Amino acid sequence: MSDKKKKLESTFLNMFVVLLAISLVSALAIGFTYTKTKPAADAIKQENFEKAIKQVVPEFDKLGEKKEVDECVLYTAYKGEEVAGTAVETVSHKGFGGDVQLLVGFDAEGKIHNTAVLSIKETPGLGSNMTNPKFKDQVNGKDPAEFKLSVKKDGGDVDAITAATISSRAFLDAVGKAVEAYKKGSN
Amino acid sequence: MRVWNEFIKGFIKENPTFVLLLGMCPTLGTTTSAINGMSMGLAATVVLICSNAVISLLKNVIPDKVRIPGFIVVIASFVTVVDLSMQAYLPDLYETLGLFIPLIVVNCIILGRAEAFASKNGVLLSIADGLGIGLGFTMSLTILGSVREILGNGSVFGFQFIPENIDKVLLFIMPPGAFIALGFLIALVNHIKNRKAA
Repeated sequence: MSDKKKKLESTFLNMFVVLLAISLVSALAIGFTYTKTKPAADAIKQENFEKAIKQVVPEFDKLGEKKEVDECVLYTAYKGEEVAGTAVETVSHKGFGGDVQLLVGFDAEGKIHNTAVLSIKETPGLGSNMTNPKFKDQVNGKDPAEFKLSVKKDGGDVDAITAATISSRAFLDAVGKAVEAYKKGSN
Repeated sequence: MRVWNEFIKGFIKENPTFVLLLGMCPTLGTTTSAINGMSMGLAATVVLICSNAVISLLKNVIPDKVRIPGFIVVIASFVTVVDLSMQAYLPDLYETLGLFIPLIVVNCIILGRAEAFASKNGVLLSIADGLGIGLGFTMSLTILGSVREILGNGSVFGFQFIPENIDKVLLFIMPPGAFIALGFLIALVNHIKNRKAA
């Protein structure tokens, strides 16, 4: 490497050393960034999660113990001594681009209060419209006992997202799982 | 002057989308609305500038036979670093852009510019090239996204100017609409170019 103007010859040793060096530096850079950003990213995740819980259940003072049912996690919210509602963290593996993670909130009577999308990898502009209130608010205030949680194409009560039926189904699949877990968990 | 020329060529003469026809996958996939197109373009621009600069610096130490794997490792690392940093420090921006970041790795514009330009030119020129091509890409995606959003949803940058209850040409939001809109835009650009030449 004494003459920097000239390209290194493609000998086995040169190729090996250079690729190793590039990969090593890249790996170090990524590892460094990861450890540096981890606390900040976790804090944001936690903050978003708390915001989401506040959004999906009626007003509450404190959260009770979390309880795991199947794939879901139940958080009971109390106002004073009364149960104000339950937030259920749920996931569907039927998404178009990966898992669809939701937080579904139930009020004290077991009706769906509100939902929040925690993380999705759906197609931008199509499946990602899942966060649009026009779609997701269709389940708000509904009693899961009499509201069919599937898209109209499948004989349900929900209008699917335009051009994103698979994502809509995944969303409802996740909500359905939350309903099941809520029923099991609250007994 | 040379720097300026390398910068400006990305907009019309060597526009990556309408002339070079590079990076078609993100182009067709993400331009369902003007803001999505612009976001994808800007995210790609940042990575393009960084990767062009680094590859230009490394061009003499990477042996020819392993240059492609070398470039790809550099590009993928930049994408990951940008992804992680944005997630931690710019959470609001990440919410809109986050879905697009991993797509940048497969954008052949980045590898294309590394191979065609940055591996043969100096750092300053390579940065100018990255900036020009990147912004040209951003401009093209924004135009394509606007066209599709206007025809398919009656809005532009989220601003609704055709009432919701009037039917729009939904096809343009869906994948076939991407091909149709892109075809017409390329035809338009060629028409303008031919006219100028005549």
